[in-house]
Amino acid sequence: MNTFKKIHASEIERLLANYPPDRKQAAVMPLLHLAQQEAGYITEPVMQEIAEICEISATEVASIVGYYTMFHDQPGGKIRLMVCTDVACRLHGAREYLSALCNELGVAPGGTSSDGLVTIEEVKCIAACDHAPVFQSQIGDEVEYHENQNPGRTLDWLRLMTASMKTGQASMNLGQEADHE
Amino acid sequence: MSELYLLRHREIQGLNQLKTYTANGGFDTWKKVVSTLKPEEVTQVVKDSGLRGRGGAGFPTGVKWSFLPTNIWPHYVVANADESEPGTFKDREILESNPYQFIEGLMIACYAVQAKDAYIYFRGEFAQIAHKFEERLQELTSKGLLGDKLFGSEYSLRIHPHLGAGAYICGEETALLESIEGKLGQPRLRPPFPAVVGLFDKPTVINNVETLTNLPIILGKGAAHFRTQGTEKSPGTKIFCLSGRVKNPGNYELPLGTTFRELIYTHGGGILNDRAIKVIMPAGASSSLIPATEAALDTPMDYESVPALGAQLGSASVIVLDETVNISDLVSSTVNFFEHESCGKCTPCREGTYWMAHILERINSGKASKADIELLKTVASQMQNKCFCALGEFSISAVLTGIQHFRADFDARVEN
Repeated sequence: MNTFKKIHASEIERLLANYPPDRKQAAVMPLLHLAQQEAGYITEPVMQEIAEICEISATEVASIVGYYTMFHDQPGGKIRLMVCTDVACRLHGAREYLSALCNELGVAPGGTSSDGLVTIEEVKCIAACDHAPVFQSQIGDEVEYHENQNPGRTLDWLRLMTASMKTGQASMNLGQEADHE
Repeated sequence: MSELYLLRHREIQGLNQLKTYTANGGFDTWKKVVSTLKPEEVTQVVKDSGLRGRGGAGFPTGVKWSFLPTNIWPHYVVANADESEPGTFKDREILESNPYQFIEGLMIACYAVQAKDAYIYFRGEFAQIAHKFEERLQELTSKGLLGDKLFGSEYSLRIHPHLGAGAYICGEETALLESIEGKLGQPRLRPPFPAVVGLFDKPTVINNVETLTNLPIILGKGAAHFRTQGTEKSPGTKIFCLSGRVKNPGNYELPLGTTFRELIYTHGGGILNDRAIKVIMPAGASSSLIPATEAALDTPMDYESVPALGAQLGSASVIVLDETVNISDLVSSTVNFFEHESCGKCTPCREGTYWMAHILERINSGKASKADIELLKTVASQMQNKCFCALGEFSISAVLTGIQHFRADFDARVEN
């Protein structure tokens, strides 16, 4: 019983149409992104369903999930904070910024806060070197930039976000900070 | 600042909206190309312009296109929007703020090689940009600028966004193709080259975002106009990504051949706290380290002059280090990057980056001896020319030039 396929039938059709009919495997990454939107990570049964759609083995799907850093096979915090500590950011205090954040939240990089809301990850360059320190937030499959950060500013934002999650309000206006068009 | 061709959105507000873009001549060139030019005429104009690939290699774009065999179909064009080199953030600005000029350029490239399907490979971290592109591409289709039988011709074109999920190696063009095909993003053995056996085993052109964004200007104003900027062998303007210990980091569109000094001091405002400059890294984490001598500062940034300093221009991601940066620390940061991003396919890169990272950790934690610096050098030297792709080769650039020019910084860590 392919429930993923049932729920997302039209979207799956649309994604498959981007590739030649005999190349269904090409849709594996778009389908994984689609799956991750729901729970923030990809379960084994869903990998199995995606394998069937793409006409490849479940092992091949699992290896894709394992290879790419933005696919997750384990639940993390509702909010993933991806802090860049790469070359250019490091020259602007990104490592000190990251350890200050980790101290405040009581987690090590890669860990999740005790309330299960926030996971902090140390990541490589995210193409925002001129606005270091910088992090990206990943909520479900939505990714946003947050530039020119300091621990206080980031913690304020986090408090706002986690408060709205705890009260179940859908007031997640993620677009504000990232919109610099 | 010279005239802006790629960062025109800094002068024209709202250029990322279709109506503003078309009101400023947007897609006029596209119409002209499809309605009045033969594909081979488009390729010839690009060849005449001397445009070179802006993703790093600097290969002449028109020549690349002409490698596609005309007896194997279909052809594909893939835009490489996997911008991931540490210190590089130019394509992101184009994709966010001047997206239609990039799309128009991609369309022109497709017409030149008669591709009817094109893909844009966005890095996973550009998810928001990619989602916006879905809307933009639909909008263009509804306006008749994309789709079937364009402007009454026989030519049809569809563009598909494809989102990655976090892997630097997918910027390498054959790894990128593997990734689109739904496989692990690992490089392919070459030959055959993508121009002959590329995406879905068909002839494929892969061009960088900035390269493609030049095309509406070149086809609109002509090859001779393009050559009024830059040098004879490196014509046109280039976006230089300036970061590190400078007062005004950011993207600067300047003619190729502009000196490091002008970029760093005139546009970048000089070094933070007016400290002395120590090193220039012209190509991000992949760079050789250039000691910032007066002669180096006066070197023109183009595809011929930078190699004379023992480095490459690459994607022109200029990271500046001041006198307070310890090079042993810096090198551990570049090596950690490559260790993390090594795809694991070939042994020299997978093992070499691992051991370099571990030796550097030992050095920087004060637990090493002088013999470890020699060991580091040996590991790096043994990787040279043995890696499957450029990632492994680039991982040793900063290590070897760092030890060569700044040995004292490493020695200081093992003596204490």
